[in-house]
Amino acid sequence: MVGITSYGAYVPLYRLNRAEIGRAWDIPAAPGERAVANYDEDSLTMAVEAARDCVRGIDIESIDGLFFASTTSPYKDKQSAATIAMVLGMNRESVTMDFGGSLRCGTNALRAAVDAVRSGSANNILVIASEMRLGHPAGANEISFGDGAAAVLIGSKAAIAEIEGSHSIYEELQDFWRSDRDLFVRSAEDRFIVDVGYNKVVPAAVTGALKKFNLRSKDFSACVLYVPSQRQVGALVKKLGFDPKTQSKDTLFANIGDAGSAMPMMSLVQALEEAAAGNRIMLVAYGNGCDVFSLKISDAIARAKPEGRMGIAGFMASKKMLSNYNRYLRWRELVMVQPPARPPIEYRMPGPQALWKENEKELRLRGTKCKNCGTPQYPPQRVCVNCHAKDNFEYYLFSEKKANVFSFCHDHLMATINPPVTVAVLDFEGGGRMLMDMTDRDPAECKVGMPVDLTFRKLYYVAGIHNYWWKCRPAR
Amino acid sequence: MEGIKDKVAIVGMGCIKFGENWEQTIDDMIIDAVYEAYDDAGIGPDDIQAAWWGSVWAGETAQIAASPLKLGYIPFTHVENACATGSEALRGACYAVASGVVDVALAVGAEKLKDTGFMGLPQVRPIATWSYRVPSDTPPAEFAMMATGYFAKHGLSVEEGKKLLGQIAVKNHHNGSLNPKAHFQREITLEMVMNAPIVAYPLGLFDCCGVSDGAAAAIVTRADMAKRFRPDPIYIKAATICQGPREGFLSQNYDFAHVEETKRGAIAAYKEAGIRNPRGEISCAEVHDCFTITELTIYEDMQLSNPGQAREDIQAGTFALDGKLPINTDGGLKCFGHPVGASGLRMMYEVYKQLQGKADKRQVKNPRLGLTHNQGGAPGTATVSVVIAGNELG
Repeated sequence: MVGITSYGAYVPLYRLNRAEIGRAWDIPAAPGERAVANYDEDSLTMAVEAARDCVRGIDIESIDGLFFASTTSPYKDKQSAATIAMVLGMNRESVTMDFGGSLRCGTNALRAAVDAVRSGSANNILVIASEMRLGHPAGANEISFGDGAAAVLIGSKAAIAEIEGSHSIYEELQDFWRSDRDLFVRSAEDRFIVDVGYNKVVPAAVTGALKKFNLRSKDFSACVLYVPSQRQVGALVKKLGFDPKTQSKDTLFANIGDAGSAMPMMSLVQALEEAAAGNRIMLVAYGNGCDVFSLKISDAIARAKPEGRMGIAGFMASKKMLSNYNRYLRWRELVMVQPPARPPIEYRMPGPQALWKENEKELRLRGTKCKNCGTPQYPPQRVCVNCHAKDNFEYYLFSEKKANVFSFCHDHLMATINPPVTVAVLDFEGGGRMLMDMTDRDPAECKVGMPVDLTFRKLYYVAGIHNYWWKCRPAR
Repeated sequence: MEGIKDKVAIVGMGCIKFGENWEQTIDDMIIDAVYEAYDDAGIGPDDIQAAWWGSVWAGETAQIAASPLKLGYIPFTHVENACATGSEALRGACYAVASGVVDVALAVGAEKLKDTGFMGLPQVRPIATWSYRVPSDTPPAEFAMMATGYFAKHGLSVEEGKKLLGQIAVKNHHNGSLNPKAHFQREITLEMVMNAPIVAYPLGLFDCCGVSDGAAAAIVTRADMAKRFRPDPIYIKAATICQGPREGFLSQNYDFAHVEETKRGAIAAYKEAGIRNPRGEISCAEVHDCFTITELTIYEDMQLSNPGQAREDIQAGTFALDGKLPINTDGGLKCFGHPVGASGLRMMYEVYKQLQGKADKRQVKNPRLGLTHNQGGAPGTATVSVVIAGNELG
């Protein structure tokens, strides 16, 4: 029985009240708020977060595949799945793939994973969809979009949601697109997309799927349907014979925003959080065609609630409001601010050789633990800082450890997109000390002794290289 | 282990006016500092048998100093030990004379920082030890974390802590106002300190030293030859360097409220100089006030305050010009700025003048022993030089 064996999600801490966008441009803005990834986040870092939320309590060695889906992968030519697999510490013989190209790439990856596990070519595949899309400033997309990610683990043992069937159709249609030269998502006229896109493609796909699955709409307790319009979701659900009130409970559009290809899986995670054994969920995702899945919830759902998993519910509740829209523009580097009177960032241009040499250490945050005196230390030390034993250590992962702030400061001199740079000395539970940037923090709230989590972030971008490492953040 | 006490004497020193020396090249600064030292010692370039050049950013090899000085074809060594570079050049020259290999040696340090076009110190990217995946901070941040750590350890609110630090800045600016060679010669008030913009929280503008151009030089010789050059040579009692192994960033044992290298470097220097009661025996000290918190922690780390008494000493004015143990009588890094390669030698220039009774309006009474504390690196990973000098043998 192939299905979802675990799930996780990620929503950035910051939300922007859509009214702020309206206020900034003197335009009407939709109600609600949208999630805004911090300046040091992107689709890759959010994917790491969702993946870590999903694999909590699971032996990483048991996972032998990772599919990453996004239309906003940091690189056009360089695989993000491989980076994420390295950060998670996955077995080197895992199959890694990037999916992209449409709003449907998340469910494309899901279907590919299900088929791969079903065929026996892999045992457990982690599927992650993550998006950080840009709409034109002052446009409808900027208002409706939101950033976020979700991850599901596809396996054949102890699935909490069996994937009973899948069905897809394709459609060649210039409805939403972003060319290789575009920064912002473009779209065709709304009415054309509704008539020729949603209203033709989705019913055709769902009708075909129900026929293929030999099921009717009333056999489902929930219909998780994604088209990039909150209003059209309601209309389509009704049109397909589902009850919008009882079978479609999506709250993501209003509180997080339209997360594109990550949205179907984020909505699915939200549905799984509320599902009970025996429930059946239909998942429908639109984008140059349509993917439809039928999922049957098993008894395992009651047991599959690992301690510490945030999921959509947890991350949605954990939030801070952005004080204004300018901050969003600054984080996305959509306005030119006065450059700091500091050395240009080029002096920190990473050498690929130096990055590669330190991958195990830095991407996994792998230090050492002295076998003689037991002191954990990072960076890895061949001669122990405490007892000076030489070459008598085992590797030790700091990325999973909790830490407390021993000291900190807010550096107003350091060049950054989001001043000031907060730097903290961290003492780790179980031992070990490290200096790290702190992100997602309100400077006024920082205190000695405060608990922090580790989070994988982008340090900076220079000369075509996105340079990632770990930071800490106040515990969410 | 004999140590260096009374083997070497300084017989000439030079120090230019520090500041934004827009119209001076580094060659000009080196020449002005070294020729002042020649004149002070009553010698010329032909008398120098070996030389040490201290600079972090001026460039490679000692050619940077040898070329303007035309000190050719003698041993000329370039040293770098971060912000302790100037003292490291002096230590090299002293060790050469103490070893008996040469009789007269020159130490010179200079830095031209104001040509970078940006604030703060230049950034360097070493090839072998650089990691690109590291947190991003600047020197003020590294020391600000010691302020946070000190306040936390001693139960001070940020306001209480900043007021304490502010008094150090006010003191040093007062001293600097009496010094025509200082970059900043203006008195400041505690109110100005408290209301200044934040550079690295909790440190504000007046908690941080400036960035300046500057140069200083010393001529050293054998103690037994010193009086051939001048009647009032200054004898080296200790010249130590204490290099930390970066434990503070690896081990939870470090408290971010003191500098271990300062503590241990001072113990080693006092031992070498035969000083048992530093607070009672030291007449004046030039210490590394790159940030006010650094000077605060130095008081206790160097045993100039009794344990836990730094706060009381600050409030009692112990380290003021008219106090029991005047510290940074020339204005310190706070008023001279920090042209890195020059700073250690600039500190010794003040101690030298004080011990000779030539410190003008800043003169302390009847000085016998003075010290310099010159720190490279940051709390948790520092390189600390302590040099002790006296105006009498024994």
